[in-house]
Amino acid sequence: MTLAPETTDLKVQLQLADGWFTVCDLNALLPGRGVAALLPDGRQVALFRDRAGTLYAIDNRDPFCGAAVLSRGLTGSHQGRPFVASPLLKQRFDLQSGQCLDDESVRVATYEVRAA
Amino acid sequence: MTATGANPTIVLVGHGMVGQRFLEALAERGLTATHRVVVLCEEPRPAYDRVALTSYFSGKTPEDLSMTDMEFIKDHGIELYVGDPAETIDREAKKVTARSGLVVDYDVLVLATGSYPFVPPVPNKDAEGCFVYRTIEDLLAIEEYAKAKATTGAVVGGGLLGLEAAGALKGLGLTSHIVEFAPRLMPVQVDEGGGAALLRTIEDMGLSVHTGVGTQEIITDESGAVTGMKLSDGSELATDMVVFSAGVRPRDQLARDCGLTVGERGGISVDEQCRTVSDPHVFAIGECALAADGRVYGLVAPGYEQAQTAAATIAADEAAFTGADLSTKLKLLGVDVASFGDAHGTTDDCLDVVYSDSRAGLYKKLVIGRDGTLLGGILVGDAEAYGTLRAFTGSVPPVAPEALVLPAGAGAPTQLGPSALPDDAIVCSCHNVSKGTIRGAVTDHQCTTVPEVKKCTKAGTGCGSCVKVLGQLVTAELEAGGVEVDKGLCGCFSQTREELYEIVLALRINTYQDLLDRYGRDGARGGDGCEICKPTVGSIIASLAPTIGASGYVLEGEQAALQDSNDHFLANLQKNGSYSVVPRIPGGEITPEGLIVIGEIARDFGLYTKITGGQRIDMFGARVEQLPLIWARLVDAGFESGHAYGKALRTVKSCVGQTWCRYGVQDSVRMAIDLELRYRGLRSPHKLKSAVSGCQRECAEAQSKDFGVIATANGWNLYVGGNGGATPRHADLLGKDLSDAELIRLIDRFLMFYIRTADRLERTSVWLDRIPGGLDHVRDVVVEDSLGICEELESLMAAHVSNYRDEWAETINDPEKLSRFVSFVNAPDTPDPVVGFIPERDQIKPDLPLLSIGMRPAEDVLEGSAQR
Ligand code: SRM
Ligand SMILES: Cc1cc2nc3c(=O)[nH]c(=O)nc-3n(C[C@H](O)[C@H](O)[C@H](O)COP(=O)(O)OP(=O)(O)OC[C@H]3O[C@@H](n4cnc5c(N)ncnc54)[C@H](O)[C@@H]3O)c2cc1C
Ligand code: SF4
Ligand code: FES
Repeated sequence: MTLAPETTDLKVQLQLADGWFTVCDLNALLPGRGVAALLPDGRQVALFRDRAGTLYAIDNRDPFCGAAVLSRGLTGSHQGRPFVASPLLKQRFDLQSGQCLDDESVRVATYEVRAA
Repeated sequence: MTATGANPTIVLVGHGMVGQRFLEALAERGLTATHRVVVLCEEPRPAYDRVALTSYFSGKTPEDLSMTDMEFIKDHGIELYVGDPAETIDREAKKVTARSGLVVDYDVLVLATGSYPFVPPVPNKDAEGCFVYRTIEDLLAIEEYAKAKATTGAVVGGGLLGLEAAGALKGLGLTSHIVEFAPRLMPVQVDEGGGAALLRTIEDMGLSVHTGVGTQEIITDESGAVTGMKLSDGSELATDMVVFSAGVRPRDQLARDCGLTVGERGGISVDEQCRTVSDPHVFAIGECALAADGRVYGLVAPGYEQAQTAAATIAADEAAFTGADLSTKLKLLGVDVASFGDAHGTTDDCLDVVYSDSRAGLYKKLVIGRDGTLLGGILVGDAEAYGTLRAFTGSVPPVAPEALVLPAGAGAPTQLGPSALPDDAIVCSCHNVSKGTIRGAVTDHQCTTVPEVKKCTKAGTGCGSCVKVLGQLVTAELEAGGVEVDKGLCGCFSQTREELYEIVLALRINTYQDLLDRYGRDGARGGDGCEICKPTVGSIIASLAPTIGASGYVLEGEQAALQDSNDHFLANLQKNGSYSVVPRIPGGEITPEGLIVIGEIARDFGLYTKITGGQRIDMFGARVEQLPLIWARLVDAGFESGHAYGKALRTVKSCVGQTWCRYGVQDSVRMAIDLELRYRGLRSPHKLKSAVSGCQRECAEAQSKDFGVIATANGWNLYVGGNGGATPRHADLLGKDLSDAELIRLIDRFLMFYIRTADRLERTSVWLDRIPGGLDHVRDVVVEDSLGICEELESLMAAHVSNYRDEWAETINDPEKLSRFVSFVNAPDTPDPVVGFIPERDQIKPDLPLLSIGMRPAEDVLEGSAQR
């Protein structure tokens, strides 16, 4: 596995158990579109940036189908709350809490994320 | 009083529109259970929709026109003798004898023999090439003769039917003339002013109108075929065929022969119960009857009312037919013409309010009583208000009459909505349904859509002219009941997709954010939108890109963020996170080399291959980072994106056609390729599919496509609005015998009009059934150019065609875009470990168990929920 973070100004970093983990350049994140990142332990994270520049990170796996694709969903905001819709069966997930908005018994993990 | 067996017998003579309605009324009253019902039908087919007869020329088949459900006939034990007319009636013995020799005893006899077309007694009126316009057989004969022997046709009679007939001749490709004895067209329905507006519009369509002249003689050649006609002003008109449409006369011969009383000018005299005045056992209904008010009604609505009256009387219920409204709304050759109530202002002391603009072909007149009561009116050129005005007839409308006829924009126009109508106003006059009944359907019967209300009340199922008002009433009623009828696209926009399209086009708005911030709902402005409006607006921007100054490349700038997930990767996401790849194979035609390239690529990348239902090849199981590599090779071999991922043109299927097939009459493969190349990449509200068949055998299944083309000996027939899928729909004929150029022009217009007005994810089939006016309206717009937008539609399409670029070729040449095709932003070379495959039938398939093995412990993520 090659983990190859590039070096430019601002970096996107995730809070993991052992500190901040650098993922990529901030400008690799297109507002309204996600990317996936691979963590050292094999987990996958979906990262998003909204129009205002706020960053979000949730688990990349779609809990309904199992495929690791949430980063490829379309994002949006509803009553000020940001969400992503799974590209498979279109369930929405709140980007701040990871809560599935179509099925209250389902939630995906969230990560603390910053640009530094 | 039983004649035979246990049950009394009702014999119906004539199975036309009114006859059929009578049978339904019998069934509704339970009379078919207690009576033997025998029907003698003269025509070779059971009852059909004569009112819609002319739609045969726009593609309706005789089967489409049928009004007779054979299940209904069977279920009610009705004995229907098709092609067997009644010949004599013996009222003494109460027997009817049919042509076949069948003799039926009756207890009740109902005559519904309709009318026959009146042919003026001019010399040679029966010559070869002379026709009338009343039955399906008449139309078949006209069509055959027009195609084989005629280039010019003349219609005698400029009334309602004459104009329909002239329109049909024109539709058959003939130069058409209308000869009318009266000084204006449609003398019965419209007045002088209305006639002038109508004349102008009809002449503009290329029909020649000769008013104020009579037909004196039909001129024939030695073989006895028509070559022209001599007119009363001494002139001659060269024509290859003549259609007489000079009025109808009641078919009352049978009644005369058995001594029933008939009126001076024909028609079987009946009382208010529709019982003949001479014999209590005999009834007469429909166009053959002379009603108690002294009139013979030539319209279907009064006939229906008579049918119900007769059935009620037979059931010993109280009912009476005392007269009917002669309101009509027609779309003649694409021109709206309506008249209602006292259209000619015959009431004492009445006043007219007239608005007339003969340049625009508009004429509107209202007849108002002394006390302000609306008595009637005439509308030519724009009959939008007909439904509402007709329902207000007989009352004082709540706004000044002139406000009702002024065009929008002039003065202070008042849109008098149907909500202002009183409950007892008749909204559907075909089925005599009041506004109150329609409201009841919504409030008491829980109908929430127009189709449901139609089914529940029968309103709108006759001539269809009331459907618009019906829709408005249903919406108003739902809203009044607190059901919020929000027609907005989504939580971010209160506009429909069509409205957003108009805004984008008119204001040249070329970014989503701009549109959202300026036109979004209050809470949505400045936000991030949602997964519904982003792709929808993305698609609108892509359809209009060259015109509004946006990039035609869907991954450019902001547009990339709007695309549905599939469009974003220019491939179709599969259940395990892998993608499928579908190169375009125009018309399904592919060279051996092309097949080999696809085969090699699939082999080298280990992809699963399958021939699709759309005549092309799908390769499944590509990982996201493989897409650019696969496409680099495909592009290199000359392949382009097949847009299997987009709401865009998919495939144009073809059959092998004239080149190889012994039946083919045109080169269907070439046309399919041309069409596919022309419309490739066109973004639309939903996917678009097409097909071209080389002959009527239809091996390409064109009639199940959004636009389907079938070759004819003379060119191409264009069908639109077809659909496979869960709710299949047969396409409707939009144009006949078109040349290549005409075909393409018509498809250009049709597609652009669809893209402009359809809702999100609305296939052409659903759109055609939804939009007010349906196919007729679309035909008016794209064939007759009634909105004057065809030039714009064509130029929008031309812009699309000339700006098309293959988006995969563009993508593989752009390193910045390519950097997105990775599983992980921080590990571009690492494939997604969840995407795995196992073998099946010598190929791969997704390893589904791998998807759930990869699941992380429940307590970690899925708080308190079962793992799924
Ligand atoms: C691949 C293919 C099946 C096959 O193995 O043959 C297919 C596959 C899919 N079809 Fe289809 N359809 C395929 C031919 C058809 C056909 C046959 C045809 O086109 O002649 C039909 C019926 C014709 C029609 O559309 O009217 C068809 C009617 C549908 C429908 C129902 C549409 C409707 O209006 O009711 C859907 C659902 C939708 O679009 O909402 C659908 C949706 C889909 C989707 C997109 C479902 C999805 O969201 O994953 C599938 C994606 C394929 C992929 O990932 O590549 N597919 N689908 C065919 C691809 C044809 C092609 O070359 O592009
Ligand atoms: C082209 C066209 C357009 C029209 N447009 C409109 C319109 O827009 N609005 C409108 O309201 N009306 C319209 N009409 C008129 C409408 O079609 C008639 O009012 C309606 O069909 C009358 O119904 P009916 O049952 O009385 O007669 P018909 O429908 O004519 O049925 C009578 C039937 O009786 C049969 N018959 C006759 N004699 C015998 C016998 N001895 N034994 C057995 N059967 C017999 C005939 O063959 C015929 O099938 C139109 C008519 C035509 C031709
Ligand atoms: S549609 Fe006609 S031309 Fe085409 S393959 Fe079938 S039979 Fe032959
Ligand atoms: S008025 Fe003809 S269908 Fe309603």
